[in-house]
This record gives sequence, structure tokens and C-alpha cells, in this order.
Amino acid sequence: MADASFTDQNFKTEVLGSQTPVLVDFWAEWCMPCRIVGPIVEELANEYKGKLKVGKLNVDENGKTAQSYGVMSIPSLLIFKNGQVVKTMIGAQSKDSFKREIDSVL
Amino acid sequence: MTYDVIIIGSGPAGLTASIYTTRADLKTLVIAGGKWGGQLMLTTLVENFPGFPEGIQGPELMMNMRKQAEKFGAEFVDEDFVEADFSKKPFRVKASDKTYEAKSVIIATGADTRWLGAPGEAEKIGRGVSSCAPCDAAFFRDKNVIVVGGGDSAMEEALVLTKFAKNVTIMHRSDALKASEIMQKRAKDNPKINFFYNAVIEQVNGDQKVESIRVKVNPSDKSLLSKTAEEIEKITPAIFSPKFVSKDKDSITLDLKVDGVFVAIGHMPNTKVFKDIELDEHGFIKVHDHYLTNKDGVFVAGDVHDSHYKQAITAAGYGCAAALEVQHWLENQE
Ligand SMILES: Cc1cc2nc3c(=O)[nH]c(=O)nc-3n(C[C@H](O)[C@H](O)[C@H](O)COP(=O)(O)OP(=O)(O)OC[C@H]3O[C@@H](n4cnc5c(N)ncnc54)[C@H](O)[C@@H]3O)c2cc1C
Repeated sequence: MADASFTDQNFKTEVLGSQTPVLVDFWAEWCMPCRIVGPIVEELANEYKGKLKVGKLNVDENGKTAQSYGVMSIPSLLIFKNGQVVKTMIGAQSKDSFKREIDSVL
Repeated sequence: MTYDVIIIGSGPAGLTASIYTTRADLKTLVIAGGKWGGQLMLTTLVENFPGFPEGIQGPELMMNMRKQAEKFGAEFVDEDFVEADFSKKPFRVKASDKTYEAKSVIIATGADTRWLGAPGEAEKIGRGVSSCAPCDAAFFRDKNVIVVGGGDSAMEEALVLTKFAKNVTIMHRSDALKASEIMQKRAKDNPKINFFYNAVIEQVNGDQKVESIRVKVNPSDKSLLSKTAEEIEKITPAIFSPKFVSKDKDSITLDLKVDGVFVAIGHMPNTKVFKDIELDEHGFIKVHDHYLTNKDGVFVAGDVHDSHYKQAITAAGYGCAAALEVQHWLENQE
């Protein structure tokens, strides 16, 4: 299971204030490619347990956060380290290519 | 281990082929690509795939095809094919950093969005530039967007966008649309959709995201060319806050404020990765007898060779044919 569900309300404490790096999966109910990425994100959450906090952010319900990070296409996976975006991955990709991107910033 | 067949690509062609090869008891590996599922993953309702009288969502159709193939034992790697040696048998086929061996190969890599190639475009894909209205339209609520193209897919993209955007303008390089009558009518009847003819995007501007586009207009009404900058700005729709840039004897260049650019000018076959496979003059794989390439044991199916029909059902049909031919070919090898 992904560790968390992020919202406009908890983003500051859960993501920006997190000690461990955080991967945020920006998604929405209507987004078909998100359904492909969703299960991959679940697997990543398991494989990176302890090293990376993983959670989802529904862009329809949390438009403020999505907008402030310029998310205009989903799925978008952003990695935050010490409150800063260190990686942006736009669109569906394979698990291995996500892992390569994650490993490059961890 | 050597596979009987490796199928490269997982659109309707590749997945249909894999259903047939696995059911024929051929050991099958599908190199599905990082973006598995193909073009139908980028659309909403598919209304012309037989068997679904109410239509079916493109991604749902593709997930079903994949499930069907997996049920019969097809193996999948969701990685991109990188290179292959088709000169020696068994063939050695590389995906990501792993190499697989196979007696035969079906190439079904389909086609990808043809981008405009204008400066500023590539950096803003996912930041206002898109080729997938069903994926990204919701981010353009009450915004002003351009759809580039004149075919069915441009009309379709525009119609999807009207659910969210305030203004949708279809920009086309000429004044003759290629879209079917029914799609043209749907677009023209929609009050949110306008048309901007004889215009080509020269540049996509913006810092973090799309803010404006520079367009070159070749008006069919040549009298426009003698108008002053102010007059030209005045007759251009005000939603674009148009800024005159320059003009010459047959064109006018303008900057138009827009929030999004949806590109729907067609597709390019994914053939660059195949080094010694013969292509036709437009870059499609050159096909012999409907399913053969120039290499013995390497077959082809779908939009990667078909520049004419480009439909899910034809791609699936080609996939079926290639699979049956592979089966036949393998039998004759023994
Ligand atoms: C927006 C849109 C709407 C459409 N609507 C309809 C419709 O309503 N009805 C209809 O009949 N048709 C429709 N089409 C056309 C239809 O989608 C295509 O004709 C069909 O998908 C072609 O199938 P294909 O299997 O040949 O190729 P594709 O669907 O293009 O699939 C090719 C696959 O190969 C993979 N691939 C590419 N390169 C590599 C590589 N190097 N390694 C591994 N894999 C690779 C890709 O990731 C992809 O999964 C639509 C197309 C679009 C873009």
C-alpha cells in the first residue's frame, strides 16, 4: 500500500516537512493512464520502503497543490527532498524507468 | 531459453498477435514498451470496434486485450525495444538492458504523435503542450486552448476540450479540413469551437508553461496584407490579445495568448529503432505480402507498416494474420 494520501491540507507537513524523500503521484479518477501507473506506484512503495515515502494526490480534490507545482498533465510523479522538487516524471512509463529516475536522486 | 516468437509492441496489433500465438502453443514474449497499450490509451470512447454496441473506453479495451493474452500464457516486459540482430538465428532482441532470444519476431510498434517541431514545443510537453485531450483537458478549465490539425483526431480533441476550456480554436495550415463530414459537423455545431485557418505555429512561448504562440498566417483574403498593425490586431479575435509581429508580401506573423496547445497533426511510425529492416519512402516498414519484412523470420503488423487504414480493427486484423503466418513459417522450419 502507498503510505499516504496527500491533500492541500496535509501537504506541508506530510511532504514538504518530511525527513525522508517523498514521491507524490498526481492522479485523478478520470485519468486512464493513471490506472496503469497506480499499481506500479504501489509496487514502488513496497520496494522503497524506509527510503522513500510514497503517496497519491487527487488533483480534482487538491487543485491548489497541483496548480502550485504546475501539474498540467497526469499522471505526474514528483519527488520532493527537503521540501524541494528534485524530479518530475510526466506520463506513463515502465517500472524500471521510474526506478532509474528515483535512484538517480535518492 | 529461446522463445518461439517475440512480439515488439502492445497495441491492438501486437496484443492480437500474442493471443493467436499463445493459443497456437507458441512460447511468446511481448516487449510491450514503456508505454504499453498504444494509441488507444490516449483516447476515450471507441465507437467503431465491433462487439461493443455502446462503445468501449480505449484504455479499457487495451487492458482487456492484455488480460486475454496473459490468460493464454503470453509473457510481458514493459520496456522499450532497443536493438536486435536479425542476421543470425535465433534472433537476439534487446529491451532495456536485457537480451532475449527468439526464433521469429513480429514488429508491431505502431505510431506516435507527430509533434510540430516548433521551437519551445518539446520543453513544454506536459506544461501546456499535449497530444492527449482526454488525459489533460481538465487542467484547462476556463482556459483558452488551440488544437492544431484538420483531421478527425483534431475534431475529437477539440470536442473533448469543450467540456472544460472556455474557448477552443482549431488551427489548421490550410482552409480545407480533412476530417470526415460527421466529425466536422460536430465540431462546427459546438458553440465553444472556432476555426483559425491558414495558420502555422512557428514558436511556443512561455517560461514555465505555455503563455503564447507565434503564428504565421497566410490569409486567403490578400487584402488583409495591406492592413496596418493596429487593424490586424483589431480583426484578430480579442481572446488572443493579439500582438502584431511582422508581415511580408504574403504572410502576417502574430503573437497570440493561449494557455494550451493540443497537437493532432497525425502520427509517425515507430521505425527508427530498426536498423536493417527496409522502410518505404515515408518511413513505414516496407511490407511484402501483407505481413513480411525484408528479413526472413521477421514479420510486421499494424500501423507501423499501414499508412492507409490506421484503425484499431485493421491493426488487430494484421496482428492476427502475422501470428498465423509465424505459426506456419515455424512449422516449415522444422
Ligand atoms: C486519439 C486517438 C484516437 C483513436 N480512435 C480510434 C477509434 O476510435 N477507432 C479506431 O479504430 N482507431 C482509432 N485510433 C487509431 C488506432 O488507435 C490505431 O490504428 C491502432 O492503435 C494501431 O495499432 P497498432 O497496434 O498498430 O499500434 P499502436 O496502437 O501505436 O501500438 C504500438 C505499441 O508499440 C509500442 N512501441 C513503440 N516503440 C516501441 C519500442 N521501441 N519497443 C517496444 N514497444 C514499442 C508502443 O508503446 C505501443 O504500445 C485512434 C488513435 C488515436 C491516437
